[in-house]
Amino acid sequence: MKFTKDSINIEPAKEFEKISSKLKEDVIKKLKKRGAVVGISGGIDSSVVLAICARTFGSDRVLGVMMPENDSNPDSLNLAKKLSAKFNTKYVVENMTDALAGFGCYKRRDDAIKDVFPEYNNSYKAKITLPSNLLEKESLNVFQLTIIAPDGKTKSERLPLKEYLQIVAASNFKQRSRMSMLYYHAESRNYAVIGTGNKNEHEQGFFVKYGDGGADIKPIAHLFKTQVFQLADYLEVPEEIRKRTPTTDTYSAEQTQEEFFFRVPFGILDRIWFGWEQGIPSKKIAEVLELTEENVDSIIRDTQRKIRTTEYLRMEPL
Amino acid sequence: MSEITVVKEFIIENFLFGEEEQLLLDTDFFDEGIIDSTGVIELVSFLEERFNISVDDEELIPENLSSLQNINLFLQKKLNKKDA
Repeated sequence: MKFTKDSINIEPAKEFEKISSKLKEDVIKKLKKRGAVVGISGGIDSSVVLAICARTFGSDRVLGVMMPENDSNPDSLNLAKKLSAKFNTKYVVENMTDALAGFGCYKRRDDAIKDVFPEYNNSYKAKITLPSNLLEKESLNVFQLTIIAPDGKTKSERLPLKEYLQIVAASNFKQRSRMSMLYYHAESRNYAVIGTGNKNEHEQGFFVKYGDGGADIKPIAHLFKTQVFQLADYLEVPEEIRKRTPTTDTYSAEQTQEEFFFRVPFGILDRIWFGWEQGIPSKKIAEVLELTEENVDSIIRDTQRKIRTTEYLRMEPL
Repeated sequence: MSEITVVKEFIIENFLFGEEEQLLLDTDFFDEGIIDSTGVIELVSFLEERFNISVDDEELIPENLSSLQNINLFLQKKLNKKDA
């Protein structure tokens, strides 16, 4: 195949028709459900899935569930409301803070943060990130903890194993509690839960098992993030959502998905990954994307490592 | 016991549950799925504690940590620097 920067592009109308007809078949015939529940965050993926569901089943058979909690960015809720208004879908707002406090999510996480930074308290913000210089140097995926003091001063430290595991395990209560809430709303209406993960998240393991990974159907799990944006344009998802930088909305400090996990801009990552899947030689990919062959190879290796080391997340119980 | 034998024993014990057949000097831990991102933290903590060295963030690269062979070279470099 001839590889260009645009080779990754989809034909959005055709793609929508394909996803929509499969979704209808799956929800109505296979699952025998009467509609769709989608957790909406104000992010691009959940917005596209809500739009697909609204056009597939009709607005009155789709429920958007917003689930903010203590650390959520308030913009997320406002954008999710705009999205529901745009597609004329019903929504409910479920504040998850009390449930999460009940699980000890915040306390368990903060205890681990304090083990690393004893000065940390409620007035600080925190996030965990991967090194972002993958295009400059091929480094291993080892997480850093960053805290931001009320005066804006930041401190970062490599996370020791015990604290890393505790912060991740505690934070995962968020996605798992949200899944319980989505199934409550789905079961009480005889609807299906529609997952919102894209190909980047699904294959590289950027999701929580039985959390946001827990859904009846994952209609966009085959689409690169770049392609999700294309579909968002076609479906006329509100511009504010389309222009927003993808974040995790999980940690109290602002954190992009790129710094948390993917390490390179989606426009580059997706095109390299796409080229590699199509069997295009690294040299050719590098030439088209104006990168070095070494850059391309190191991104391919990082992607391969993530796919391989997160296999367990995609496994059914053995 | 040489440094690399100590590291090998740690990897066999912790990541391979005692099954050492699949571990050669040039076996790539990441390609073979022996060590994941959590494993990297465990491995680095072990090297720091056992050999009393400090591994900088810039040193967390496959070239230093992806196989017994690479760890051996890396360790020798670190230990020589410490002795100098």
